[in-house]
Amino acid sequence: MSGAEFVPLSLTPMLIGTCAAVACALPGNFLVLRRQALIGDAISHVVLPGIVVAFLLTGAIAAWPMMLGAGGAAVLAVALIEAIRRLGRIEPGAAMGVVFTSMFAGGVLLLEQSDTSSVHLDVQHALYGNLESLIWLDATGWASLLDPEALGALPPELIRMAVTLLVVIGFTWLLWRPLKLSTFDEGFARTLGMRTGLLGLALVIVAAVAAVAAFDAVGSIIVIAMFICPPAAARLMTDRLEHQVGWSVAFAVLSAVLGYVLAGYGPLWLGAQDAVSAAGMIATVSGVILALAARFGPCRSRTGAPQEI
Amino acid sequence: MLADALLLNLGYNATLVAIGATLLGISAGGTGTFLFLRKRALVSDAISHATLPGVGLAFIVMVALGGDGRNLIGLLAGSAVSAWVGLLCLSWLTRRTRLAEDAAIGAVLSVFFGFGIVLLTVIQTMGSGRQAGLESFLLGATAGMLRADALVIALGGALALALIVLLRRPLTLVAFDPDYATARGLPVHRLDLALMGLVMAVTVVGLKIVGLILIVALLIIPPVAARFWTERAGTVALLAGLFGGLSGYVGAAVSAAAPGLPTGPIIVLVSFAIFALSLLFAPGRGVLAALLRHLRYRRRVHLRQGLLALAQDQPIYERLTLRLLARAGLARPDGVPTGAGRARAAKALRDEARWADLRADPEHEAAAALYDGLRDIETVLTRDQIAEIDRRLGGPQEVTP
Amino acid sequence: MLELAATQGQTVQADTELAASPLAIRGLTVSYGEKPAVFSVDMTVPAGAMTAIIGPNGAGKSTLLKAALGIVTPLSGRVRVFGKPLKEQLARVAYVPQRASIDWDFPTRVIDVVLMGLYRELGLLGRVRPRHRDRALGCLRRVGMEEFAGRQIGQLSGGQQQRVFLARALAQGADLYLLDEPFAGVDAATEKAIIAVLKELKQAGKTVVVVHHDLATVTDYFDHVFLINTRKVAEGPVTRTFTVENLQAAYGGRLTLAQLDQLPQSAV
Repeated sequence: MSGAEFVPLSLTPMLIGTCAAVACALPGNFLVLRRQALIGDAISHVVLPGIVVAFLLTGAIAAWPMMLGAGGAAVLAVALIEAIRRLGRIEPGAAMGVVFTSMFAGGVLLLEQSDTSSVHLDVQHALYGNLESLIWLDATGWASLLDPEALGALPPELIRMAVTLLVVIGFTWLLWRPLKLSTFDEGFARTLGMRTGLLGLALVIVAAVAAVAAFDAVGSIIVIAMFICPPAAARLMTDRLEHQVGWSVAFAVLSAVLGYVLAGYGPLWLGAQDAVSAAGMIATVSGVILALAARFGPCRSRTGAPQEI
Repeated sequence: MLADALLLNLGYNATLVAIGATLLGISAGGTGTFLFLRKRALVSDAISHATLPGVGLAFIVMVALGGDGRNLIGLLAGSAVSAWVGLLCLSWLTRRTRLAEDAAIGAVLSVFFGFGIVLLTVIQTMGSGRQAGLESFLLGATAGMLRADALVIALGGALALALIVLLRRPLTLVAFDPDYATARGLPVHRLDLALMGLVMAVTVVGLKIVGLILIVALLIIPPVAARFWTERAGTVALLAGLFGGLSGYVGAAVSAAAPGLPTGPIIVLVSFAIFALSLLFAPGRGVLAALLRHLRYRRRVHLRQGLLALAQDQPIYERLTLRLLARAGLARPDGVPTGAGRARAAKALRDEARWADLRADPEHEAAAALYDGLRDIETVLTRDQIAEIDRRLGGPQEVTP
Repeated sequence: MLELAATQGQTVQADTELAASPLAIRGLTVSYGEKPAVFSVDMTVPAGAMTAIIGPNGAGKSTLLKAALGIVTPLSGRVRVFGKPLKEQLARVAYVPQRASIDWDFPTRVIDVVLMGLYRELGLLGRVRPRHRDRALGCLRRVGMEEFAGRQIGQLSGGQQQRVFLARALAQGADLYLLDEPFAGVDAATEKAIIAVLKELKQAGKTVVVVHHDLATVTDYFDHVFLINTRKVAEGPVTRTFTVENLQAAYGGRLTLAQLDQLPQSAV
């Protein structure tokens, strides 16, 4: 494949997919270890009502209001889940189930009721995104990477996703120690003066930011898959958190690149005409990686659960 | 129009769908209760998302065999098979690896769903696939449903309901105390599988009406809402069935009256409304009731502590305590007790001594277990018993409040 | 009236005592739901001594400790650490949580856990330097766990895990050590190792408070006891306070004759 074909058509979707995958996988590590993996599921569901409300308020498909709306919906969802869990003394899984399904249903209903025929906003798009369409039309080949004019025409999704990834990396780097300690031993973390409740909320918000940015480009399937599959597979590869995070990033990148390639070219190799959903394929590849790690990973089984007292 | 729909006046099909949705709601509420009590509510989310590849594969297979691919029974059978495979993956991940159940649920859910989406895009490129309409399985659609399909749904709902009624006793026992159930000789593992089978049945029947993304709502929300009203498992299941049935019925009727509205989201929002009312207003576990109780309780704790501090001439640090004492006329704002306050304080201290005596006495173990620092001793002992303790304690006799 | 108060151990205490004690608690009530776990408890921990918190199961021992550390929020009451609010004294307090409260499957090594005790010193981004590592290894040596530094924590036995937690507390270099059931479910060697380290701490003038459940060892290990059953039952030096009457008051009918037999003669 030549650069003239690859750079305009495949490079940017691949980069966007990779940034989205890594941005979700990083906070995913902590969510999985905190037994909050399904918060990612909940967040990705409530993004839809968030953007629909933002659209209804602003009347236009603009990136920032929609991301704000989605972020707001995510924070609202987390607050509602906490409220139901505490006030109603309902177990977290069920509280989550109540909140995200209801908000998603509300989003769908609003969407059906409002006139969105003129804009590209529907449930399908929300679910599987449209990674394949994020092409870089002004590029002519590898040389375009050095051409300021062509660079100016990069898809805005790529810029947004890259910025989001930097924010997520910055958050993880800066708060690495508090995150690690409060995930492992919250009580002890509090005796060191850490505001563990606030930290937990910050983690969820960062996850929501990643989810919202990724959602815009790639839909919510990838978001859920990337929150959970790469970190879960990474956990089975090592017994050190530092290494686990490294593995999860590697798995996320592999899923994104391989998934995109398989979706775009796999059918051609099999003699079919059209590509299949890249988002779906990326999720599928991450699942295959998890299955392999679960079967062969060196640290796949529990070593020593604490003895009963 | 809506009144017509609610009274089932919209024709044979719509009536069948409404009946099906009601039966589905009842069985989903019942099944969901056991999942909820077993603290595994979100397993249903994995199961329902895992149906999608089955739907896609069934369509492809039926087309390959020369059928039209849209046969509802075929699609539902496919969805059941892939949901079962998803469930197996889930249990393999949680049993054989160190992953916790929530991570396994999320992994199965997203990967199966992603693969399902891949299959849907494959189908779209197939010659006969353009108008397959399989997307309707995502959010449910009852408009323009075939009569045979409506019948399948009504029968499926009835079947699921019958199974729950049959299995309700052992399932309750397993949900409540799996270890005890094992000791009683119940096949816990198989009952768990049966429960998952029921969840699957509800999911499969609900695919066409509610859609696979939202069917979990019907399994989770009614039991959670029902839990606010009662402490008994059987009643929770009954109420959940009632709430679920009501949601299904209203949702189907509204959607029949306004065909533009998707059935699934309406059903979910109706059940959410029931939940919200329960959360706020249920007596006992409801939020308002709990808030009132907590305020009352805090007041009692502070008053009691304040009285004990007064009785022992200890300084009172808490401003809330002082305020409450002052408001009850037991102390001046600066913390000096009034006459009434002094009497009540002496009584409180006396009661503490009585309790201490009581709790040191092995004969009164049952009564002593009721001690929480607040309970009046008169509620656990007779006057004679109190007099007996007072004789042992000596010191000042009965202090009247 | 005064006599009655004195038998309950609730003498009138001046505010100055709050300032002198490493850990002073006044009027502490903690409630989970509608039943207090700890009700209106006063506690004054003597400096440079080893204090045991004793009481039957569910008597609020761990809750008392957690409330003192701000891990659970009390309904009322005040806590002073070396005369100041806990928030200003965090660096002087080290805590060893109950082993069962931790996810031992967490992907981390023994040495990393001990280094967590240095997080306040290291700050958010400070590098772990060889001297930090040496200090952590030194703490592991004190509890006899140096050779396990590179192990994943889940691979340790219960007693070894407990010792790692103690090493982490040592790394904090605090003046007040609060331990929640450190001897629960550990082997004899671990119990010995832990008590030796705690006695070292006492020698060095530190204050140690332990939630303890084994009545038979109280007189051997501790100087001071605090008996609790939701309310304070008694507090004072072991020799004077660890008596059958007080124990019966704390345990009520739950103190069996067999348990009484285990007590050393000094208590009976």
